[in-house]
Amino acid sequence: MQTLDYAIPGTRPTQPGWVTFVPPLAVLMLALLMHYCVPFLGAYAERIMTDMAIAMIAAMSLTIVNGFTGQFSIGHAAFMALGGYTAAWCSYYFCLRYWGQTAVVPGTLFGTHQLILLCCALIGGAVAAGAGWVVGLPSLRLRGDYLAIVTLGFGEILRVLFQQTNSQALSKPELANRPLFGSDPTNPGWVFPPGVGGSLGFTDIPKSTNLFLCYLLVGLTFLFAYRLKFSSLGRALLSIREDEIAAEAMGVNVTRLKVRAFMFAAFFAGIAGTLYAHQSGTTLRPIDSGFIRSFDIVIMVVLGGLGSISGALLAAVIITGVTAALLGLTDYGLLPYRMPVFALVLILMMIFRPKGLFGVHEIWDYLPQFGRKGAK
Amino acid sequence: MRKFFGALAIGLAAFALPASALAQDILVGHYGSLTGSEATFGQSTSNGIKLAISEINGAGGINGKMVKLVEYDTKGDAREAGAVVTRLVTADKVSIVLGEVASSLSLAGAPVCQSNQVPMISPSSTNPRVTLVGDYIFRVCFIDEFQGYVAAKFATESKKAKRIAILQDQASAYSVGLADFFQKYLQQFGGDVTTRQSYNAGDQDFTARLTAIRGTNPDMIYVPGYYTDVANIAIQARKLGINVPLLGGDGWDSAKLTEIGGKSIEGSFFSNHAAPDEPAMVDFSAKYRDEYGADPDALAALGYDAAMVAFDAIKRAKSHTGPAIRDALKETKLQGVTGMIAFDGDRNTTKDAVMVEVKDGKLVMAERIKPSN
Repeated sequence: MQTLDYAIPGTRPTQPGWVTFVPPLAVLMLALLMHYCVPFLGAYAERIMTDMAIAMIAAMSLTIVNGFTGQFSIGHAAFMALGGYTAAWCSYYFCLRYWGQTAVVPGTLFGTHQLILLCCALIGGAVAAGAGWVVGLPSLRLRGDYLAIVTLGFGEILRVLFQQTNSQALSKPELANRPLFGSDPTNPGWVFPPGVGGSLGFTDIPKSTNLFLCYLLVGLTFLFAYRLKFSSLGRALLSIREDEIAAEAMGVNVTRLKVRAFMFAAFFAGIAGTLYAHQSGTTLRPIDSGFIRSFDIVIMVVLGGLGSISGALLAAVIITGVTAALLGLTDYGLLPYRMPVFALVLILMMIFRPKGLFGVHEIWDYLPQFGRKGAK
Repeated sequence: MRKFFGALAIGLAAFALPASALAQDILVGHYGSLTGSEATFGQSTSNGIKLAISEINGAGGINGKMVKLVEYDTKGDAREAGAVVTRLVTADKVSIVLGEVASSLSLAGAPVCQSNQVPMISPSSTNPRVTLVGDYIFRVCFIDEFQGYVAAKFATESKKAKRIAILQDQASAYSVGLADFFQKYLQQFGGDVTTRQSYNAGDQDFTARLTAIRGTNPDMIYVPGYYTDVANIAIQARKLGINVPLLGGDGWDSAKLTEIGGKSIEGSFFSNHAAPDEPAMVDFSAKYRDEYGADPDALAALGYDAAMVAFDAIKRAKSHTGPAIRDALKETKLQGVTGMIAFDGDRNTTKDAVMVEVKDGKLVMAERIKPSN
């Protein structure tokens, strides 16, 4: 493929080299800021901010498939769960093997456990992306509703498979006595079928997710999605969304790009799943890969506007925040009405803003244009 | 656009606000599945707890202080459970936490209580691992192993049934765990498992599974599932001409069991925490019916007992801090609706279990079985 020369006068101004490092540094600063400031709001605020970060990564990754490429996938939680289970399996058994316990010192910025978490996130993301490739290759030749059904089925298959896994080894001596393979209930293997708790769920995973890592990964996912959207690859993805036949006529390899978008999305979903698995106060359960979780993410993407990264971000924050805020209804004895109220908010949103918060645009398209040339 | 940011700001501000309460109130937290597919469990437990609270407040509260309940819904979701328990112990700052029914949700909430040193009493999580989370986690029910033992003993010794088929709900840790323990004890008592079949909660058609079971010609069928599935299984089993009794666990306990199951469920047995015709349970039922106009199930009784145990410990505790309440809990000796409650080294309760029979559309006690040791 021929590279475009951006230095042609009048097309795009060349920028000094250091500008490249500004966005990653900004992400780092944001992560540090979150890590040191949010704890002043209390442990519950910390928890909600972590939930928000995980939702943001999941929503942004789904935007790549549902938003940019226009492929309606409703099995996104399955990739999250797969990444989460894989990463948690790695970190749990690693900690058990070497330290005999999985306790994590809370409040650490970046310790050994966080390093393990990052490595496991890469593994989890890679496995999820691999699954995305396997699922995507045959099914992305399908269009519209058919893809939705395939992804839905994928989630349900994974859910049942997770239920069939072995119980987890709870201590170092127990782990040493277990065989690698086998599914005998009295002495189950821990490698295959993996010892991840079956239907009870995977518990005691090292609680190494912290706000620093969460927002670092939110920032990196955002940079990735942003750069993707405005790259030639991203433009090709957008063209698939607008008209597949026209895109193909223009020389876009539709199936290959769809699979690639699917794999990107699955990778970041795996990372979100990893953060979720290692979060304190949660267990990883087979149901996490079911369609209810997937729909939570789809709602965020649709609410934010299909194709808008900042919309997905904001929708993730709003949905997590509103669900948490509605818990306050308990003071008035109205707790059972929490979900109906939440659903009502969504319905009103869709009536008054059917395109979602920002439609296909980004948040800065609505803000005053500072020093931009050629703004309308 | 401004509207959205406004709404967002309100949302962000609201979740940081703790539940309003007078400083002299004693706050008791409860987290349960008040909505979702397991809603009846959470609602029954909640009713039991509320009954206990109105009773203690009617009697002047604990040492002159009123008890106030802070209750959140988990929707049967582990992520929600962790979040609301975090809110209970760090934002609302409750003295003690009650909940959850489902063991997998208790396992999400318990570590939060443990690390914040707030005692938690689970009314009815029967999985052995729940209290092993730490020394702040207690329960007022027996564990799955005992329930499996009770059902196996009852079948082999009282009903002389030796060949038993198992039909488990493979999606539920509760069901699979119970089936495992039942199988273990059945073999110890000299019985045999003829076949072990699985279904998924919510299935509508059990014919294939039941036909396979019919082929092995068992004396009884052990179905450690929840009442809705069990009632359907009973109906379909009778249609297939399987007339042996079904056997089950405390997941059967609901008025809906006989309502849906009708004649098909007649003559079946299940292990439970208390039988409706026991004297303590009859008194409790009368109070409960006055308040809610319906008969209580064992979950309501356990919720009531859990709350009473909590009040008793707070009353005896030297101060209202977590460690003091925990120490008082360890010394508990209280006659509850579901039996004598005292905690062993693993913070479990050693209580009798009852086998309940479905007879003429009513649940009656068939046998009381004591722990073996």
